[in-house]
Amino acid sequence: MGTDPIKLVQGGAFLIESSTPDDIFTPEDFTQEHRMIVETTRAFVDGEIRPNADTLEHQDWDLTVRLLHKAGELGLLAADVPEEYDGLGADKVTSALISENISRGGSFALSHGAHVGIGTLPIVFFGNEYQKKHYLPKLASGEWISAYALTEPGSGSDALGAKTTAKLTADGQFYVLNGTKQFITNSAFADVFIVYAKIDGEKFSAFIVERGYDGVSTGAEEKKMGIKASSTRSLILEDVQVPVKNLLGEPGRGHVIAFNILNIGRYKLAVGCVGGMKEVIQTTVKYAKSRKQFQTEIANFPLIQQKIADMNLRCYVTESMVYRSTGEIDRRLDAMGGHPDGRTVANAIAEYALECSVNKVYGSEALDFVADEGVQIHGGYGYVQEYYVEHAYRDSRVNRIFEGTNEINRLLIPDMLLRKAFKGELPLLQVAQGLQQELLGMMPMANTTEPLGVEDHILNMARKIFLFVGGTAVQKYMQNLKDEQEILADLADIITEVYALESALLRTKKALASGQEASLKVAMVEVYSREALSRIEGHAKAILAAMEEGDTLRTQLAVLRKLTRVEPINAKTQKRQIAQAVIAAERYLV
Amino acid sequence: MNILVCLKQTFDTEERIVLENGHVKEDGVRFVINPYDEYAVEEALRIKEEHDGQVTLVSVGPTRFEEAIRTALAMGADEAVLGDDPALFGDEFTISKVLAAIISQRPYDLILAGNQAVDDGSGQVSVRLAEELGIPHISMATKVEVEGNKVTVHRDAEGDTEIVTGVLPMVITAQQGLNEPRYPSLIGIRKASKKPLTHVTVQDLKLSAEDLAGRINVLETYLPKPKEAGRVLSGELTDVVRELAEALHTTEKVV
Repeated sequence: MGTDPIKLVQGGAFLIESSTPDDIFTPEDFTQEHRMIVETTRAFVDGEIRPNADTLEHQDWDLTVRLLHKAGELGLLAADVPEEYDGLGADKVTSALISENISRGGSFALSHGAHVGIGTLPIVFFGNEYQKKHYLPKLASGEWISAYALTEPGSGSDALGAKTTAKLTADGQFYVLNGTKQFITNSAFADVFIVYAKIDGEKFSAFIVERGYDGVSTGAEEKKMGIKASSTRSLILEDVQVPVKNLLGEPGRGHVIAFNILNIGRYKLAVGCVGGMKEVIQTTVKYAKSRKQFQTEIANFPLIQQKIADMNLRCYVTESMVYRSTGEIDRRLDAMGGHPDGRTVANAIAEYALECSVNKVYGSEALDFVADEGVQIHGGYGYVQEYYVEHAYRDSRVNRIFEGTNEINRLLIPDMLLRKAFKGELPLLQVAQGLQQELLGMMPMANTTEPLGVEDHILNMARKIFLFVGGTAVQKYMQNLKDEQEILADLADIITEVYALESALLRTKKALASGQEASLKVAMVEVYSREALSRIEGHAKAILAAMEEGDTLRTQLAVLRKLTRVEPINAKTQKRQIAQAVIAAERYLV
Repeated sequence: MNILVCLKQTFDTEERIVLENGHVKEDGVRFVINPYDEYAVEEALRIKEEHDGQVTLVSVGPTRFEEAIRTALAMGADEAVLGDDPALFGDEFTISKVLAAIISQRPYDLILAGNQAVDDGSGQVSVRLAEELGIPHISMATKVEVEGNKVTVHRDAEGDTEIVTGVLPMVITAQQGLNEPRYPSLIGIRKASKKPLTHVTVQDLKLSAEDLAGRINVLETYLPKPKEAGRVLSGELTDVVRELAEALHTTEKVV
């Protein structure tokens, strides 16, 4: 390490080197300003969104728009817009905190998120001066609402396979757009759409399309499983004349915009999942304390407590991950000094594209788990629409689908890592090769005298397991690894587990080092690290067994066993203690 | 017009009170502006917006109060004074002496405060403050109108409304229903970090040891008894009345 006070960590580097607690940003590092912004967001949710929850669920779009305007008046739409365009130019942690807390008010968060994120950011990052001046102040205030139109009926995951076309008019003044976009959030009321189309059927490009242009219309409202407070329709473009000045970025470079926006969509999605989890935990714990069976609150039953502990744990880990990534992006932006232009910001985020996908997969599955257990603890009442948790369960499901399905993201995670390695940006393969020798010898023992020494050891072992099985897979399949989707998904899961565990562990150590009361955090990491290691072991076994057999396999499994040798702890007692603290606090607790 | 607002930071009303070694545990507790003081802040801002002027927050309490002060600054107050020197802390008697000492050093036309704090609920500090400053007060305001130096206040008088007029300078305390406090906007929050917050210590104020010595000794802190299931008395009316009177005397010991 150099003498720099703050170390910039490369995306993906967590797999080959360990960080120190000071290297990462944690929720314990929120500033007073951050906390005040949380309070304002919560006040907005409690005062404006919750009282209107029913009306919003029944799709009163005028109300949605009014509430978006109100959010705009408070500045809740302006965080990511630079100050020179009437925004706040706030850090990404601020914008994440807004998203997290808006998400506690149900699926209105989708309307908000689509507007401030994928709807506004393409212009922030890739707009020219005219586009920024013309659109951003109105988007920051909520005077105009934005939507993002990438997906088509025939192209979802294969976004670049879009069929919408753009053709320059003979006088060179307009692009004429034709096509249909599918599942467009905010489409009922958006004033502005970021639309992707292929110029001359070839050059994939992005356009700013206003609702008022002739030929723009929307289809019927989709009848969705959940997130009903958000509008989802198709966007129909029939000979829409879009002024040439509304081409966003360069012709044929739309994929750069699309991929960058996806990165943001992904980590923001995970941030929203944290808000959702906290809400489910709070509601469920309160329910478990009010519901009596066999003359006692069901919160007193150990099996219910085990669920509550697991819910709190998942939320702790996700929260640690997403704010670590967000803080990392902020540090990178800070290091650039001054006001970096939009593309620079997008590049800083792209550095952590892998982490964005990791957060997306982990966060969406954590929320699904938490919502599912939330319903379970509610019993029959959890299956009834009057109860919040029933909505939460349905609303949660889509997170595994949009912003790139979790399957697509699982394929992307190792792919992005290997690209970095092959480009020489990350010495992954060198480290993996260096490990081979080490694996044949004795493994170092855990340092049991240090606090969290065993958990440190588990993390190191997890990292070695990844390098071991990942390195073996690369050696075996080389370029053909891309066809081994099952192995890629297992590798993605190991990578995700490593990032998750390290984020929670470092956060816990940072809290301990600062002298804060951290016993709950310690208990959570002790339990979680062992569970994570056994999941990692499972993925590693699956990968090895898919690649080799006989003696080779047996030798490899012997190596794996060395890497997974950890004494278990009494998770039963630990989880009871975690749950009891959460139950006493009646909310997510760290 | 110079408007001062007395402000205290309290537990969020939804927080559960936990005692540890005879003290209320503050770890991990969510703090807010005392809700009644928040009405006072809002009213001050409305009066300022209508008549022009300067809103200054005055507070005595630990440094953590800064968060509540910053919130009120983010709502739109202009500056703040915080006596966060532990030598200044004490009971209602002491706090009102300290507030008076801080306030008498600066110009003021109107002093607004919450009618009580939601934590100790004494409702004494602002009234004592008016006394210390030798100015009148009107408490429990549900509506405040200022015209020149004339003030008309609707006050909550045990459920009825009493209309009281007075002349500035004076202290007015806010009752629930006075207004709907605004949320601090993000731009307000950002500006708040640049607004002046002056810290006051015991050396800055002319106070005697006598002024600072509180009049209350806390002997014990304990939680109220958990609520038990009620009893429904039934039977002959005279028997029921006798039973009730006896229970009030001997079991509940309330009469």
